[in-house]
Amino acid sequence: MRTFMSEKPKLKSSRCQGLNLRFYEKESLGFLNGNWLAEMPVFECCSTSPLLFFSGSMEPAFHRGDLLFLTNRIEDPIRVGEIVVFRIEGREIPIVHRVLKIHEKQNGDIKFLTKGDNNAVDDRGLYKRGQHWLEKKDVVGRARGFVPYIGIVTILMNDYPKFKYAVLFLLGLFVLVHRE
Amino acid sequence: LRKNVEDFTGPRERSDLGFVTFDITADILNGKNDWQTFIFDWNVKQLFLYLSAEYSTKNNALNQVVLWDKIMLRGDNPRLFLKDMKSKYFFFDDGNGLKGNRNITLTLSWNVVPNAGILPLVTGSGHVSVPFPDTYETTKSY
Repeated sequence: MRTFMSEKPKLKSSRCQGLNLRFYEKESLGFLNGNWLAEMPVFECCSTSPLLFFSGSMEPAFHRGDLLFLTNRIEDPIRVGEIVVFRIEGREIPIVHRVLKIHEKQNGDIKFLTKGDNNAVDDRGLYKRGQHWLEKKDVVGRARGFVPYIGIVTILMNDYPKFKYAVLFLLGLFVLVHRE
Repeated sequence: LRKNVEDFTGPRERSDLGFVTFDITADILNGKNDWQTFIFDWNVKQLFLYLSAEYSTKNNALNQVVLWDKIMLRGDNPRLFLKDMKSKYFFFDDGNGLKGNRNITLTLSWNVVPNAGILPLVTGSGHVSVPFPDTYETTKSY
């Protein structure tokens, strides 16, 4: 996790380039890369937003490169078993894990605990120091559906910068050739 | 779907900790249509099964705790026949709401993970209500 975070500036630029590539290839979809270990802005468009998996904490259900579709209806109750996307205060990184425990009061105040399917322990180690529970305000979205493997190109571009440059180069070449 | 349990509470720090042992006999079928079909159709990659306990306490109107979960991959037998299972996760209450709580409902549910598409949560039919005793156990080993 630490090495990934130190690569933040690199990730920013490759993510923007990933965006541009995407817009070139698929003009209608405005989607963004989101992940477990690096920065991620989330666009709320048409009440669903897609999010890309960068880590293996929810395997074997979801793998790196899978694209997840979310909804973020506030009125949806948080219940155990649901896959929620949440942000820890002070961190921009969103995490996509399953709800393990909830304690909800009569007035709707809820506190809950999460855990990645592939992790041995719950997420308390990931929360802010002194924080034992998550609250509604930490939730970014609820997982509703997904498409596998779509984001693998972006993952490869993050992991192997040479690949990214190769793709950009080829794309540039393609544009030039077509211009003529 | 049948579950049988035996349980007792133990004090831990300041919150109640419940211990539950259970048996599960289940047949996971796809009951979405009028007929019962095999759950692992062409678009089902795996099922994430979980046994959750739901109850009310003085402090909290609704509490849900996952006691146990299992990933069932396509190709695994959809029949479960588990005996004397111990909960995988600590059954802590947020306070002391387990002592003397007569109505803890255990239900088996699962998240269908498709190869691609929607991720539905399904609750199995059949559930079991268990009571917790009025006293704490300090000496019993689990």
